[in-house]
Amino acid sequence: MRESASVLRLHKDASFHEADALAEKNLLRDVRPHGKDAPSLNGQDIRLDRLSKSFGNRSVLSDLDLVIPAGQLLAIVGRSGCGKSTLLRLIAGLDRPTSGTIAIGGAEVQSLQPNVRLLFQDARLLPWHRVLSNVGIARTKGWQETAAAALADVGLDDRSNDWPAVLSGGQAQRVALARALVSRPGVLLLDEPFGALDALTRMEMHRLLERIWREHGFTTVLITHDVAEAVALADRVLVIRDGGITLDLPVDLPRPRREGADTAAVALQARILEEV
Amino acid sequence: MVGPSHLHGTGAAALRTLASWALPIVLLIAWEIASRSGVLSTRLLPAPSAVAAAFWESLRNGTLLTHATISTERALKGLFIGGGIGFVLGVLAGVSRPAEIVFDSSMQMLRNVPHLAIIPLVILWFGIGEEAKIFLVAIGTAFPLYLNTFHGIRTVDPKLIEMARVYGLGPVPLFWRVILPGAMPSILVGLRFSLGLMWLTLIVAETISASSGIGYMTMNAREFLQTDVVVLGIIVYALLGKLADFITRLLEARALAWHPTYRRTVTRGATS
Ligand SMILES: Nc1ncnc2c1ncn2[C@@H]1O[C@H](COP(=O)(O)OP(=O)(O)OP(=O)(O)O)[C@@H](O)[C@H]1O
Ligand SMILES: [Mg+2]
Repeated sequence: MRESASVLRLHKDASFHEADALAEKNLLRDVRPHGKDAPSLNGQDIRLDRLSKSFGNRSVLSDLDLVIPAGQLLAIVGRSGCGKSTLLRLIAGLDRPTSGTIAIGGAEVQSLQPNVRLLFQDARLLPWHRVLSNVGIARTKGWQETAAAALADVGLDDRSNDWPAVLSGGQAQRVALARALVSRPGVLLLDEPFGALDALTRMEMHRLLERIWREHGFTTVLITHDVAEAVALADRVLVIRDGGITLDLPVDLPRPRREGADTAAVALQARILEEV
Repeated sequence: MVGPSHLHGTGAAALRTLASWALPIVLLIAWEIASRSGVLSTRLLPAPSAVAAAFWESLRNGTLLTHATISTERALKGLFIGGGIGFVLGVLAGVSRPAEIVFDSSMQMLRNVPHLAIIPLVILWFGIGEEAKIFLVAIGTAFPLYLNTFHGIRTVDPKLIEMARVYGLGPVPLFWRVILPGAMPSILVGLRFSLGLMWLTLIVAETISASSGIGYMTMNAREFLQTDVVVLGIIVYALLGKLADFITRLLEARALAWHPTYRRTVTRGATS
């Protein structure tokens, strides 16, 4: 009980920080537009053109065409082994496609890029670095300040001096999110980042991700097994099956969304489940 | 953890310490009585009091310190040379496939040779000078560090390496911030093995051929039937070994402070 109460308090603190951070940004530059209704300053569009990937003889993705507009939050669902992680690794530049091209912000992806960040299912923090130096892993100039700001953004500024081993799963994932935010990426790729969390923590993480996405405006690709999660977060949901896209469904529900309480959301979930 | 329960905790700990010392103390007293009553010949085993007297005497005339210093110097020189080579080769083989192909099978083959078996050869090569002993210690300490460094680097979580690449770490920061710390627990295990072999090798080498050092001191004493000095030499070796072990523990506590297992043992050690 005490644990969950302190998490809630952290969240309240976090919203104060959010207000502070926003006020500061407004002093420094023009008001940043939020959400999908306005074009984002930060987000970059992603184009896949006849993208195919096979491992040996087994074709995993075949002739995929897809345009993800800048700033969109796209969710991808599909059965285990249908190639979701493979697609994400291709977009991140961790693997090369067998054929076809990927372009981010108009430039073709040849290798790993600094404007694209990837969040894995496990947080992958370096256990021998404290939380703050994990967030500032790239050690860019003035990393202490930017890392501290990113930690404050996810509501964990009081844990900056802890070892990762003492964090809970949700906190570790929030640190990983802060680490991804430090470089202000144009694209954030998430590979089932909340899959290992309990339902309550997962909902908290949804709210956090939604808030930060609206604030930063990066293009987001979220892979998930959880259809409810996809409908709760995304502007658009794709279903991948047999190497291709079998459903491309816009989610026109008002934000901020309440999870599980909406009949329109339930109808969309049923629609997606039919295709998976 | 306040008040009575705390007091109870320290009381129980003190009692445990007392109990664990009881048997050695009883044995020591029995030994002393046996020696004094003549049941135990002092030509075979001296009385504890005689060992203590020999300790005091050798400390007073400076011979103990001289010999212990020389032994420690040989041990450390051998460790730095051998352990250093083992570590560097382990790192090279760990991070580069070509280096692995060149070194690893040779190292795996050589490590099966008991290094003390080459003593006759070493004496042929170096005579009985300093080099012979340092060479033997170096050979003995190189392999544990090589094997554990190589193994440690190869078992660093590949997911962490992939993450570091995504965050743009080049090969040099990747090595210092991900690979080396990840391999550190294993490297320190290797260091412990090396330290054990370091003393063992030195004892054998000094006993066979030396004109100084703790091993020489005991062999010399044997010729004059000074069993008290022989036993003293054995105790000094044990203490030096214990000291090396203690230093590695400190090193582990510092270098592995992030590690949940090590941190737990360190805190427990500090509170009890
Ligand atoms: N490096 C690889 N070598 C060979 N086959 C691979 C490799 N990576 C992935 N695959 C295969 O590609 C297919 C898709 O894998 P992928 O990891 O993309 O699935 P996924 O949709 O992410 O599944 P999950 O939901 O279980 O994570 C699987 O059949 C997998 O075995
Ligand atoms: Mg996957």
